[in-house]
Amino acid sequence: MNAPTAATTATKTISFTEAYSRALHDAMEMDPRVIMLGEDIADEEGGGVFKVTKGLSTKFGSRVRTTPISEQAIVGAAVGAALAGLRPVAEIMLMNFITVPMDQIVNHAAKLRFMSGGQTHVPITIRTRTGAGAGTAGQHSDMLEAWFAHVAGMKVVIPSSPADAYGLLLGCIFDEDPCLFIEDAMTRTQTGPEPEKGKIIPLGQANVAREGTDVTVIGYGRPLRDTLVIAEKLAAEGISVEVLDLRTVSPLDTDSILKSVAKTQRAVVVHEAPRSFGAGAEVAARIQEHLYSELKAPVLRVASRDVTVPFAKVLEQEYLYKPSAIEASIRQTLNGKGRR
Amino acid sequence: MPTTESLSPAALLAVYTLALRIHLVDERFRGLLRSGRLAAVYYSPRGQEILAAAMGVHLNARDYLVTTYRGIHDQLAKGIPLRSLFAEYYGKATGACKGKGGAMHITHPASGVMVTTGVVGSGLPIANGLAWASQLKGEDRVTLCCFGDGASNIGAFHEALNLAALWKLPVIFLCQNNGYGECTPYGKATASARISDRAAAYGPNMLGVTVDGNDPEAMWTASAAAVARARSGEGPTLLEAKTFRFMGHYFGDPGAYIPKAEYDAALAKDPMPATRAAVLASGISEAELEDLKKQIEADIDDALQFALDSPVPDLDEINRDIYADPTGAPA
Ligand SMILES: Cc1ncc(C[n+]2csc(CCOP(=O)(O)OP(=O)(O)O)c2C)c(N)n1
Repeated sequence: MNAPTAATTATKTISFTEAYSRALHDAMEMDPRVIMLGEDIADEEGGGVFKVTKGLSTKFGSRVRTTPISEQAIVGAAVGAALAGLRPVAEIMLMNFITVPMDQIVNHAAKLRFMSGGQTHVPITIRTRTGAGAGTAGQHSDMLEAWFAHVAGMKVVIPSSPADAYGLLLGCIFDEDPCLFIEDAMTRTQTGPEPEKGKIIPLGQANVAREGTDVTVIGYGRPLRDTLVIAEKLAAEGISVEVLDLRTVSPLDTDSILKSVAKTQRAVVVHEAPRSFGAGAEVAARIQEHLYSELKAPVLRVASRDVTVPFAKVLEQEYLYKPSAIEASIRQTLNGKGRR
Repeated sequence: MPTTESLSPAALLAVYTLALRIHLVDERFRGLLRSGRLAAVYYSPRGQEILAAAMGVHLNARDYLVTTYRGIHDQLAKGIPLRSLFAEYYGKATGACKGKGGAMHITHPASGVMVTTGVVGSGLPIANGLAWASQLKGEDRVTLCCFGDGASNIGAFHEALNLAALWKLPVIFLCQNNGYGECTPYGKATASARISDRAAAYGPNMLGVTVDGNDPEAMWTASAAAVARARSGEGPTLLEAKTFRFMGHYFGDPGAYIPKAEYDAALAKDPMPATRAAVLASGISEAELEDLKKQIEADIDDALQFALDSPVPDLDEINRDIYADPTGAPA
């Protein structure tokens, strides 16, 4: 890594957790319609199991409510309050528990705008947290973003830096559509430059996290942070990697993907979710549909294995996508099979 | 509103007028379906007219309604315009939902019809949210949530009632107990003798009441109490209205699973002729009721003609209302 420049040392840094927390605080301050509900989220209950909502109930009173362990009731109440003109932010403690309120999300939050012919809409944000690596195994680690990207009407967001986390969470809260905001449990203490207060990042727009000319790596969330480290390392060898952070998994920013891949003519897609039927398949398909004749190599995917997240450390690591596979795939698109 | 007040002749007439409107609309839809002039999945509320009307007269357009696929009586009781309703059943561009929701998913916020869901039991958690919003905003809106006895066995029912009681929400859970969930009788699906008995599980904030939903006076009185309770911030009511559906589960259901003796006994207690008789006994003349019927029939004729004359949706509608911003629609 290069030594930090004067500019970067001057910038204050914050963690992901601080970023989520600040976004929620600032949103509540900016707009009285923003309300919050979830298990243990009020200060009397500790400000949330991950402390993201700490301080909010003390400052904003009844706008922040601890709920019973009732995921259908939580998301349903958020849907109803949104229909009545509020902007609820619901916390589902961990992503695996989102299987419980699926009906409220898939059949109601996502579809009411369409089914009502645009008369009602559901501007809710569902915050949830997940990620493998902490030994929480089969029922506490799944990345299920592809399920929601498959449902018309939902927006799905996964940030890869604290500044983005702040801006994108504000983006979700002030977006007119139902948003699923996924926090990565494994990066929560990692830090990055602090965001500008109140700065909203609009959804549906990918970000060129690093410019390059030889190959595009497209991804979101945790693997993207690994990719930036790898890109830095490969730069020393003269390999120029462009890193495209989708930020919003759905709707997918196809234009940015195509623009970048049209330039580099090679692409690797990375995500933590299992490989099959994942977001990577959709990205690869869109590239192939639009740029087939311009590609110099097949689009490769790096993802986790198509198995239940195991407990034993060695097996869990075997399950997870590997940063080494990102590097190997980049090299393969440059040198390996499929090159013309 | 004094809840012990008995039904005045004027209030009885108001209930009957609304019930007759429901009854005639339902009759028209069944006639259209039978003669092949309408193709839709249809869940007749025949037999449940009085309970909806007796509740409806206590609500205004600012109050919210969440109902189900068998909800046409609730929607009409809430005041949905006939033209919007008919055109939606015909899948026309002028329908309440531009032909994109259809019979099972009617929405009409102008009359307070916020959600009609085809998923059994899923309306209850949403009704809580509407009621929570009213509570937070300090508005005196009431949220009425209608569902069947079958729906009371879905987990969401328990989650929703518990939360409503905890938060003392201004919501009325109106369980329309018609004795069947699809083809399964109440006793084979529900362990408790009465749905309203379950209110006890949610503590003092939840009031449980069972009433004969076919008796206009009893239903009117119970509705008045539940609405007054919600409006004044005293909390939710689980109101179980006992009734019967005469047309089976869906239009075309032969209803072979309903014992004939049970059906006949229910029919003998059909609330429509009984209420009509009560209205006549209260001093309204046959001629007045005939006029009322003619007037409603004329409204229905107008709505049907409007629906038939309306255009089908523009094909571009498939790209609209997916997201707020139409450019967000998938390629
Ligand atoms: C979650 C769910 N399960 C099953 C169905 C299929 N279904 C549609 S209506 C119905 C019966 C519901 O009975 P009840 O709640 O008593 O209402 P009623 O039709 O009698 O008004 C069933 C099982 C459904 N729509 N949703």
